[in-house]
Amino acid sequence: MVVPLLYYIALSSALFAIGVIGVLIRRNAIIIFMCIEMMLNAVNLSLVGFADHYQAIDGQMFVFFVMTVAAAEVAVGLALIVAIFRNKATVNVDELNLMKW
Amino acid sequence: MTISIPSITLSNIGPLLTLTVAGLLLLLMDALTPKGKKGYFPYLSLIALVIAAVQTTMLWNRSGTDFARMIYVDNFAFFFYLIFLLATALTILISIKYLEDYHRNLEEYYTLLIFATIGMMLMAAGGHLILIFLGLEILSIAIYILAGLFREDIKSNEAALKYLILGAFSSAFLLFGMAMLYGATGSLFLDDLAQAIKAGVGTNPLLLFGMGLLIVGFGFKVSSVPFHMWTPDVYEGAPTSVTAFMSVGTKAAAFAAFVRIFFLVFPEIKMEWNMLLWGLAVATMTLGNVVAIAQTNIKRMLAYSSIAHAGYLLVALVAANQLGAISFLYYLVAYTLMNIGAFAIVILVARKKDNYINIYDYCGLGFQYPALAAAMSVFMFALAGIPPTAGFVGKFYVFSAAVEAGYIWLAIIGVMNSLVSVFYYLRITVLMYMRPAEAELGPVTMTPAISSAVLLTAAGVLAIGVFPGPIYELALNSVKIFVGL
Repeated sequence: MVVPLLYYIALSSALFAIGVIGVLIRRNAIIIFMCIEMMLNAVNLSLVGFADHYQAIDGQMFVFFVMTVAAAEVAVGLALIVAIFRNKATVNVDELNLMKW
Repeated sequence: MTISIPSITLSNIGPLLTLTVAGLLLLLMDALTPKGKKGYFPYLSLIALVIAAVQTTMLWNRSGTDFARMIYVDNFAFFFYLIFLLATALTILISIKYLEDYHRNLEEYYTLLIFATIGMMLMAAGGHLILIFLGLEILSIAIYILAGLFREDIKSNEAALKYLILGAFSSAFLLFGMAMLYGATGSLFLDDLAQAIKAGVGTNPLLLFGMGLLIVGFGFKVSSVPFHMWTPDVYEGAPTSVTAFMSVGTKAAAFAAFVRIFFLVFPEIKMEWNMLLWGLAVATMTLGNVVAIAQTNIKRMLAYSSIAHAGYLLVALVAANQLGAISFLYYLVAYTLMNIGAFAIVILVARKKDNYINIYDYCGLGFQYPALAAAMSVFMFALAGIPPTAGFVGKFYVFSAAVEAGYIWLAIIGVMNSLVSVFYYLRITVLMYMRPAEAELGPVTMTPAISSAVLLTAAGVLAIGVFPGPIYELALNSVKIFVGL
């Protein structure tokens, strides 16, 4: 059975939107990172869908790069969160408010 | 099954290879050098940057693509290489003393700067969406770490986390836009995308959606309104030398990819994007300039000023003609010189450890340190766009391009914005020369490295302001690749 392309686009757009909403409304830095991961994986899904549609390989190749980069980004992010936790004992982004306007 | 290996010319990525080797070498030498003898790392990185610059000039006038069309080998990329190398070299010169005061003169700082430069170069040369994305991430991840370099300083932590979250967030938008472009055309090569759009997929909703997402993603990176919210916080909290690098390098790199994609791939559907960018340009200039007036922290003021300058650069992008592209390159050179110069003075006046970064700490500087105050005045005049500095010539080219393309109102709004900006730039000069010092702040210690950076940038700002010809010619040579303009 062939999954129509529109389904891929709809699912990945929905996942992406959920990720965006998560980043905007959640306050825990780690959950925000998880939401960003979700956005990136939504992109991966749409790339795979398009690669399947065009019977081309480069969309799938892109997915590998995205996954690698996401892993690197999270490594830096978690290190930063640990550094902040040692200084402030919190990971709530609302309390990171030293600088405003 | 046979696998054919495409023919490649390694010298086409010579500067990138040099920097990669230098970066890895620095990491290795750090492990092998005993403690207390690590002072030579900045100079080693400077040598690598100079070699890369020489290689770039030797590549000048090559054209075409290489590595199976993955990278462009053209003057546009080379021009940006030189801007990035200049920005990195100046950043290294202004960082040494500053980092020593914090006991953070670590070699990984220089390694990360060099890797960030490689990322920028890949963005300027990328001919394939994967490569542009990878370049962006190499650049961004290095800068996330640099922004959080002062691990014990909560402000630096906060800046790094804010930059990381919003940077990753915007990368996701950019990536989704790239996926949509791929969906609309079936290719990730910029050449093929341009051809597919010429062949008439211009009204495909996927393509327009993808283009919109690209504007959002690049808008974040160049800090254009309404995606600018991270800029002041990150610029204030990050180490000042990193702020200088970010304000110039990241912006130039993001604009390089922005311009290449929009002038190469999307000229056919200009109607769809130029009014949108028109709005962004006006909002960016106006908000940046108006909010900068209210700032008393100089780093924050320069952050809003950098938002305003992103707005001027967007004007050149909206104009989308040959003069627009030339003015764009010229403006970036001028902006690199004047902004890094201004940040060098900020580092000097702050004495040790960012102690004095309020604008009122500049009172009386004109009498205590005449040379320093004169250099700062040059940078402020240049940022405000007053002749005979490079800032004036850059603005003149940008607004002429807008008039030539028929955007009279955009040029008028731009000039009015420039007038507003004169207020907060000249306020610094007025404080320096017309007010006595409020308190004794201690002596300014100048090292040869940072003095030479100030001297170089001040002389450069004046030189290319009085004689804009050579840079104009180079820029003209560089933008010939955009045949659609």
